[in-house]
Order: sequence, then C-alpha cells, then structure tokens
Amino acid sequence: MSKKTLTIALMDPPYESENLTTAFRILDIAARRGYDINVFAYEGASGLAFVRQMPHPNPVHGKDVAEENHPTTKDQVAAVLAAAEQNGGKVDWVNCGMCVDERGVNEFVPGTRRGSPADFHAFAEASDNVLVIPTK
Amino acid sequence: MAKKTLNIVESAYRAVMEEQDDTILWLLAAMQGAGAEHTVVLRGNAVNYAVASQGVPGLTIGKWKQTQAPKMDRDVLDLIEKRKIPVYVIAEDLADRGIERSELVPGVQLLSRMELPGLFTEFALVTHW
Repeated sequence: MSKKTLTIALMDPPYESENLTTAFRILDIAARRGYDINVFAYEGASGLAFVRQMPHPNPVHGKDVAEENHPTTKDQVAAVLAAAEQNGGKVDWVNCGMCVDERGVNEFVPGTRRGSPADFHAFAEASDNVLVIPTK
Repeated sequence: MAKKTLNIVESAYRAVMEEQDDTILWLLAAMQGAGAEHTVVLRGNAVNYAVASQGVPGLTIGKWKQTQAPKMDRDVLDLIEKRKIPVYVIAEDLADRGIERSELVPGVQLLSRMELPGLFTEFALVTHW
C-alpha cells in the first residue's frame, strides 16, 4: 500500500474543548502508522504550538507542578512530530500567520512553521484525505 | 459574610482531558478556599459528573503520556466532603439518561426541575455555567 498523506485542519484553542483531544488521538495514530501529516492550525488552534506554554501546579488537587504533570499542547505537538519521524513519516505543521500575530503566539515548537491559507489549499490538493475539525 | 452563590453547572466534559478537571468545579473549589460560599446544581449532561467509579485512561501521544487523567466523581466528592459545598443533581436529568440514584457518589442531593426556581430565593447570586 502506498504511503498516505493526511491533512487535518484545526480551529479550537488549547484548553477549551475536547475537539483537540480527539484530534491529537487521530494525529497519534497517523504518526504511529508513518503517514505524512499536514496540519493547518487556524484561529485559536494557532496557539497549540506556542512554545511558552507552562505546566502549573493544581492547588485544589494538592499537587505540585511535577505531581500534576499538567498537559501542554506544545508538548503534544512535539510528541506528534517525534512519533512521525520515528515511524518514517513527516509532519508539516503550519500555524496561521495572521492568527498567531493577533494572539501574540508567534513563537513555535521547533519543526512547526508560520504559514497562510494558501498552505491549507496546497495541503488539500496534495492529500489522500482531509479532515476539518471546526469550532462549533 | 460572603454572598451565598448558587452555581448551576450544565456544560460538561469540556476540555477536562487537557485541564485534568472541570474548570468550573475547580474554580468553585478554589473560591471556596478564598472564603466564598457556594452551592452547586448539576444539570443536563453535567449530572454525569456525580456518577461513581467513572474514569478514563490517560492520553498517550507518541512518547508523551498523561499521568493525572480527570476523575469527575472524585472532584464532586471533594466538593461535598472537603469543601463542604452542597451539590444537587436534577432528578429528571438523571432519569433522562437512565442513571439511578444508587450510581451516584454519596452526599449528592436530588432536586426536581420544579424545585429549582424555589432554591433561587435562598441565594444572593445565581450563576449558570
């Protein structure tokens, strides 16, 4: 079977919905299968790869930073990139440039890049399938 | 003396995997620690937060693993037992979902939809999340 290329467009911001958990589960499987993956991170999702995200303690749960081990989407993005590379795939993760500018989140996880809607168009043209997970 | 606040929580399981808890139940617990006086009503899909023994495996993405996946029944119990926050559940919303009273964590109080407006009069503030 020939290698598959999958494009996923995301819109939800980090820490606001379950959509991103679903998206990362799909990305994880695709990366484990060695697919080539394109991600267009649009609107709020442009903050997923913002590198200054920090885990925090959870005083309500009585846990310090290490114990709480709070997820950050920047770590999840990095994990997807690493898993793809380990399994012979590659990830082209594009953060919408205007979206990151208006949010001030223009410092990215290494291996992701700034881009534009033209990248999403090119991704869709070159992919076996495209999945859009929009904000509702 | 703090204003008594009734918090009706309807949004459920929103970002709980990323936050490792429900952001509203967490907020109320934290505010109670700061001297607030809260009561909670779980309605709609949020009634499921009171179902005992629920849980979810931590998320795994590549080599990244979640070690503190959310446990909503634990957090509801924490409100009742540790924070002394009364927690009501709308009985009809439980019935609509086929959830029996016996499936809930101890200490949760049932309230009918008809009784809810009457409860409003006991509080200075009513918030709907």
